[in-house]
Amino acid sequence: MKKAFGFCLKYWRSIIFVFALLLIQAWCDLALPEYMSKILAEGVAGQNSALVWRYGGIMLGYAFGVCTASVTVGYLSARIGAGVSRDIRAELFSRTADFSGAEFDRFGVSTLITRATNDVTQIQMFLIMLIRIALYSPIAAAGGIFKALKTGGGAGGSAWIIAVGVGALLTFIAVLLLTVQPKFLRLQKLTDKINLLARERLNGMTVIRAFGTGAYERGRFGEANTALTDTSLFVNRVMSLLFPVINLIMYGIMAAVIWLTAKSAVSAQSVADMTAFIQYAATVIMSFLMLTMIFVLFPRAVVSAKRVGEVLSTERSVKDSPGAADIDTVTDGVEFRDVTFSYPNSEAPVLSGVSFRAELGQTTAIIGSTGSGKSTLVSLIPRLYDPGGGEVLFSGRSVKDITLRSLRKNVAFVPQKATLFSGTVKSNILFGGDGNDGGGEDARMLEAAEISQSAEFIGEKSGGFDEPIDRGGANVSGGQKQRLAVARALAKNAPVIVFDDSFSALDFKTDSALRAALRERCKSAAVIAVAQRVGTIMSADKIIVLDGGRLAGEGTHGELMKTCAVYADIAKSQLSEEELNK
Amino acid sequence: MSGGKINKNAPRIGGMRRGPGHGPPGAFPVQKAENFSLTLKKLIRYMKGSIPAAIAAMLMTVGAVAATIFIPKAMGDAVDLMIKGLTGGGIDVSAVLQRVGLMITLGVAAGALRYGSGFIFAGVSQKITFNLRRDIYAKIDRLPLKYFDKVSNGEVLSYLTNDVDTASTTLSQTLSQVVMSAATIAGVLVMMFMSSWILTLIAILIIPVSLLLLITVVKFSQKYFTAQQKNLADVNGHIEEAFAGHNVITLYNNQDFSKARFDKLNGELYDSARKSQFFSGLMMPVMMFTGNLGYVLICAVGGLLVIGGVMSVGAVVAFMQYLREFNQPVNQSANIINTLQSTVAAAERIFKFLDADDERETGTLTADDVLGDVEFKNVRFGYEPDKIVINDFSCKITAGSRVAIVGPTGAGKTTVVKLLMRFYDLDGGNIALDGVNTEEFSRGGLRKRFAMVLQDAWLFNGTVRDNIRYGKFDATDDEVHAAAATAYADRFIRSLPGDYDFVLNEEADNISLGQKQLLTIARAVLADPRVLILDEATSSVDTRTELLIQRAMESLMRGRTSFVIAHRLSTIKDADTILVMRGGDIVEQGPHDELIRRGGFYAELYNSQFE
Repeated sequence: MKKAFGFCLKYWRSIIFVFALLLIQAWCDLALPEYMSKILAEGVAGQNSALVWRYGGIMLGYAFGVCTASVTVGYLSARIGAGVSRDIRAELFSRTADFSGAEFDRFGVSTLITRATNDVTQIQMFLIMLIRIALYSPIAAAGGIFKALKTGGGAGGSAWIIAVGVGALLTFIAVLLLTVQPKFLRLQKLTDKINLLARERLNGMTVIRAFGTGAYERGRFGEANTALTDTSLFVNRVMSLLFPVINLIMYGIMAAVIWLTAKSAVSAQSVADMTAFIQYAATVIMSFLMLTMIFVLFPRAVVSAKRVGEVLSTERSVKDSPGAADIDTVTDGVEFRDVTFSYPNSEAPVLSGVSFRAELGQTTAIIGSTGSGKSTLVSLIPRLYDPGGGEVLFSGRSVKDITLRSLRKNVAFVPQKATLFSGTVKSNILFGGDGNDGGGEDARMLEAAEISQSAEFIGEKSGGFDEPIDRGGANVSGGQKQRLAVARALAKNAPVIVFDDSFSALDFKTDSALRAALRERCKSAAVIAVAQRVGTIMSADKIIVLDGGRLAGEGTHGELMKTCAVYADIAKSQLSEEELNK
Repeated sequence: MSGGKINKNAPRIGGMRRGPGHGPPGAFPVQKAENFSLTLKKLIRYMKGSIPAAIAAMLMTVGAVAATIFIPKAMGDAVDLMIKGLTGGGIDVSAVLQRVGLMITLGVAAGALRYGSGFIFAGVSQKITFNLRRDIYAKIDRLPLKYFDKVSNGEVLSYLTNDVDTASTTLSQTLSQVVMSAATIAGVLVMMFMSSWILTLIAILIIPVSLLLLITVVKFSQKYFTAQQKNLADVNGHIEEAFAGHNVITLYNNQDFSKARFDKLNGELYDSARKSQFFSGLMMPVMMFTGNLGYVLICAVGGLLVIGGVMSVGAVVAFMQYLREFNQPVNQSANIINTLQSTVAAAERIFKFLDADDERETGTLTADDVLGDVEFKNVRFGYEPDKIVINDFSCKITAGSRVAIVGPTGAGKTTVVKLLMRFYDLDGGNIALDGVNTEEFSRGGLRKRFAMVLQDAWLFNGTVRDNIRYGKFDATDDEVHAAAATAYADRFIRSLPGDYDFVLNEEADNISLGQKQLLTIARAVLADPRVLILDEATSSVDTRTELLIQRAMESLMRGRTSFVIAHRLSTIKDADTILVMRGGDIVEQGPHDELIRRGGFYAELYNSQFE
């Protein structure tokens, strides 16, 4: 909360200026009833038209003053609001971009997105409201009370009526909100329930039709619909008390002031004062009403500010260590030494005591059932995470002693989920520009497209390599996305290439053609491939078998079939006898 | 199933759609209905049952306005009584008290009537909301699946939530607002004229000034608001893309580039947001100024009229009050029109959905006692009428045999299933069950003896027991347990806290993917179908569960005609018939050995795996 609003400090000059302008605005605004009363008392009662004209002119001046001041305040508050939200967004984005996988897991992608978008907008709206209303209302209320007390005659003495009115207003609103607040929470829950049921209904459309359970579903929805309708009916009916009661309070004040003045009035001045007084009372009541609106909006903004603050106060866990240096030439592959890893908040470690080597010029495959830690294992190589124990070595050095930039430049990684970015085919293949400094991008791009079996479908597109790619790669198919993701990795020309189960969306034919081309191209590189299907990795130089985060076996297909029960189990469940021996 | 690879729940980009609701009124470009009056008529017809209540509420609103406009008059009279008393003979306190009493009485009456109308309107609006939600939900059931190829789930969800909210709540608000504004303007005008035509003329002459200023402000603010929305969408889009692809950006050292691009977009947003906020923030000062202008003129001119003996002081004081009440609805008129427009636009979307053509029933038979012989005769089908994918497919499957559907990703393997279940209608030929054309069955009656186990196991937020019982609502607990045992699910269920009463959470992700599949198999077992449709998992399930699923599917298929969308070679090879799909059409059919011998597409597919 503090953190989010700390961003306003940068604009302290504007804020002070706004405050000064609001004082002027309130001063001008409150001068109007005073002169109106003067017109009535001195001009009208004194039968002096010249005075009426003069005071009218002065009032016009004050009206201009109000207008000028509030336009300027609007200009400044728009600048402050938009500026603060720009600053928060920039800081948030920059910080999040530097997070490691651990921080992303902790928050989750979708909430990080909402925090950087909706929550920031929420704060901006509130800030502008705060400046225009929360700052102005107390000034207007204080000014109104001061002026009301100052009015002469009988009216000034009846200032206590304003206190009674404000008290009644606040009590009423408090009771109203206390009655409705718990229902609001329930309303939110019931709305969520309706959404959930509708989502279930739409996602399960075929299943529901297959089982013919539409009537049952309508019944479930009907219950939720009735509950939601009843609750919102109650809330709406209670809330429709708001304006009638507020109006009544205003009329009550007016009536009381008139009554009290009538009992004690001594001159025309008293009556003129009374009309001014009534307007001051209205100003005070309205100011308090506005303030309560802020209090209703306040909790939402606090929640947003807190959520933003959480991200801003999170430090990234993976960063360059003090003595880290770049790698010049890669002389050795990847080695895991007794590596242990746990995700926060989970009891069992995902990896424990894993050691193996992946040599340059060899293909190392990693297999195991879901949850055996395969993806976690490979994500330690480019330091998406840091291990809890043991170490990962690259080219004979601990990855922690290599700068992140240099490490990632030398490790090409194809994640499970193929992600593309808005731009063109070209900008996606040459993404990030690692290695582009040496020139020859086009040649590398063409080669990468060829090997990844993308060249054909790229050729079919009207724009070829300049064909635009939509946000998130929405305009290419799943299989094409995966091939482009492979092309992107190959274009880096890195000595280590990691495939994290990256061929799942490819059909058998494309898959095998891609693998054959890869073998040819990556002769000198260390290829590390995570796989689900035994059939695709039988020919690897080395297969690492993971079971529950531990190394269950290491060797070639033939060796493992004999020595590793876990491997043999997986193989038998997937392939027939004859295929196994092929 | 249709378009299963596409995320159908993708939320619609917000912002522009909602229309008013946030921020200052009148500053938003509002979505307009294509046919305003037609939709309005439909909406009124839809609320038919509530019309008497709505009329009563409107009458009460008019009553409240009538009571309200006499209050300033009473106040002015009180002031005049005081002035008269001061100029000679002392104030007639009891006469003043009478006026004060009248003010309070009128105030209470106005408040009571206004609350009454609010109370009734709330009931009307909630009733419409309830009916709209119920009807939209029921409509989902009646539409052909084809409809959902064009309209995403997110859109339907948006009709059910956003649009219903907009249509019904603003409907009742605007209705009462329109009535109240009109009554106030009319009533106050009459009162003002009766008091002084000169001052009334001043009050009316200020309106064009006020409107002109407001329209200018709105024009500017809409321009920048549109720009702001566009820039906001760009910034949010970049954030989404960068965060969703965070791993890749990190791995390819792309952070600096991404940040630079963000800073540029963020700067543009700042610029348009600042302007848009400023211009929409101008509404208030403008309205305040024209309000004050009127006030000053009434004070001055009114003062002169009093001196001239044309008016009384009390009348001028009352007039000031009238001016305030007159300006309010005039200033709000732009806002009311906007709200009404977005209301009707939302209603139009809803009615478009509700008025879409229902799925046609062609028969009445029920498949109670069938063996499960299935025959495809010259089947022709396309998702779009002009894009036929299955040209001419015939195939005879005897009861109890097993059909494997194979083909590369995107070859349309689920199409056959959709036709079999009559989720889609054929463009030619027919499908027969036990020799009877399936079109002679009612859709529900046909599906009674079919069951599906799909890859994305559909389970709902509820207990394990209720989820299994979904296959047969009148099943006893013992039957549920037996079905679970047959599906090899009993053991893991018993290990859950509360076993069969374990509640699946909203995303149904508190059990594993494999376990979810076992539950859907148990559900199918309980349904005891004659024809089965299975989708073998490609997604990763751990080896032990995978073995269980295999066995469970095996025991489910025993003695039933089964269609399996197959990935596992052993399943494919054991099938009685293999349907090979490519580019949407069925290109080959026959048993494994025969297809291999033929050396066609299937043989190519099969061999490529072990190159």
